[in-house]
Amino acid sequence: MSKPFTPKVVTANHLLAGDVIYQTASGWTRDLAQAEVLTDEADADLRLIEASQQVDVVVGAYLADVALDEGTPVPTHFRETFRATGPSNYAHGKQVELS
Amino acid sequence: MYSYSEFDTAFLAQRNAQFRAQVERRIAGNLTEDEFKPLRLMNGLYLQLHAYMLRVAIPYGTLDSAKMRKLAELAERWDKGYGHFTTRQNIQYNWPELKDVPDMLDALAEVGMHAIQTSGNTIRNVTADHFAGAAADEIADPRPVAELLRQWSTDHPEFQFMPRKFKIAVTGSPNDRAVTKAHDIGLRMLERDGARGFEVIVGGGLGRTPMIGKVINDFLPEADLLPYLEAVVSVWNQIGRRDNKYKARIKITVHEHGIDEIRRLVEERFVETRKTFSGVDQQMLSEIEAHFAAPAFKTASEASFKDAYHNDPAFRSWADTNLTAHRAPGYKIVSISLKKHGDTPGDASADQMRLMADLAEAYGHDELRISHEQNVILPHVHVSDLPAIHARLKEAGLATANIGLISDIIACPGMDYCALATARSIPIAQEIATAFDDLKREHDIGELKIKISGCINACGHHHVGHIGILGLDRAGVENYQITLGGDHRETAKVGDRVGPGFSADDIVPAVERIVDTYLDLRTSGDEAFIDTYNRTGLAPFKAALYPEAKVAAE
Repeated sequence: MSKPFTPKVVTANHLLAGDVIYQTASGWTRDLAQAEVLTDEADADLRLIEASQQVDVVVGAYLADVALDEGTPVPTHFRETFRATGPSNYAHGKQVELS
Repeated sequence: MYSYSEFDTAFLAQRNAQFRAQVERRIAGNLTEDEFKPLRLMNGLYLQLHAYMLRVAIPYGTLDSAKMRKLAELAERWDKGYGHFTTRQNIQYNWPELKDVPDMLDALAEVGMHAIQTSGNTIRNVTADHFAGAAADEIADPRPVAELLRQWSTDHPEFQFMPRKFKIAVTGSPNDRAVTKAHDIGLRMLERDGARGFEVIVGGGLGRTPMIGKVINDFLPEADLLPYLEAVVSVWNQIGRRDNKYKARIKITVHEHGIDEIRRLVEERFVETRKTFSGVDQQMLSEIEAHFAAPAFKTASEASFKDAYHNDPAFRSWADTNLTAHRAPGYKIVSISLKKHGDTPGDASADQMRLMADLAEAYGHDELRISHEQNVILPHVHVSDLPAIHARLKEAGLATANIGLISDIIACPGMDYCALATARSIPIAQEIATAFDDLKREHDIGELKIKISGCINACGHHHVGHIGILGLDRAGVENYQITLGGDHRETAKVGDRVGPGFSADDIVPAVERIVDTYLDLRTSGDEAFIDTYNRTGLAPFKAALYPEAKVAAE
């Protein structure tokens, strides 16, 4: 039996800035909380194809697992946590820019 | 210091213009990422976890004040105000934007610097002893040879698409500070019957399959260097495996074919390559040597040094730890620690870079070096200038007296920056350094080299750390494996794995248990950690780390 599909978001790096972005229903955001959560596998595959075709906007789009915390997507793996928040050695990068 | 010829300058301008056009085509959507990626990598541009990363080559780790100031300018204008010095004596900028990279490369070209061959399956930046040209124990300055190798390998038409990357290190001293036995080719300068030559070591490397290099030629006459190395690289280029990137490095080729067979093939090829070198390389070497003439060393009173040494405990501690014997009377080699307790190993701010440039210009014959241990070196300093240097370093947070001690940790960028990492390494280094600084134990512990990598690619050299730490992802949780007894010197050795890994919370207490065990076991304060380990072996350390296993065995 195949593994049940778990919620995902489409994420990538921005072509110009190189930073981490997430797909929304109408574009892209730098804030994971604003990302479009995909709960249907076919829909997720389609959204990923659409993202990957935006070659002049994004690089390396893929589906990342998320959990839902009161409806808001949060990472399930520590790599995605660092992608969402920036380096942990000291506050610089994303966690400063988003605050 | 080598200065670029008209040829070098024109070549670089052409390459930069070419890359600028490629970036423009990528931004306009006329190149896909698959098409652009190999082009950007040829110019040192990676896409990492949070941003692009530009890796700039610092050939054999040698800089002057103008180059260091330019690195500061890049950090300030196009990055977040700092740069990260690496174990390959390079500098990495963690936050450039794609559109700015061509301008960064043009700015670097103004001082004869670039990012060519800092990535890709090419011969990478040639590294060398960071005390080259200054060390008291040196046979000869290895930098002219390193520069010759740089010129030979840069844009070498045969060596642009090899099975994998290829790294060369060279030392002119019998005390190996360049980790030559962990490189694809390691060169150790020797003298035999008054003639200079090299011990040529091949097939060393760290990564997922660590190997200590093997001697392929125990004395290669200096004049044969380029044709011989061309033979080594071309033999590997032909028979090295291209079917599996994890088996592509020359260490695997040597392992699979055996050093005797590789030697035979190289000797056979050498007969051919030698004919193609007419001796022009040796003429070039003599011209290069002129660029590396020793500075005019001064003589001055040492009274100010002695006065500060006796009256200022902070200066004395720094002088005892961060200075190394120099070949010229009255001179010392100064190691500036980029390992302030709790800071990121290898990072320097633009202001700190400018200060180090100023010190080199004012007191250090305008020379700086980057060490593979991620520190900055002022190779030629008269002792009379040390109190002034120390005072200015102190103001800039650069006077940490910890060179060679437990907080002088090599750490790769790890998962805080690197897309390949499986765990973080910098925060582990920060925690270890802070823990031992709080207890003020590190000077009592003495020489102890901790090296941390955030994945099996081993950029943090963990295999050759006295204590090596490897960060892995175990079922979605960071986990740290420990190796002990690794050695990066001429007595190079891969460390022994102690057993199951530790969580991020447990790794610092584990290091503390290792250190406590060493302090209990050492015969005196003069017996360094590595010597105690070599005497006792793994068992007592294993028992200290896994007491439950000891109980189970009883």
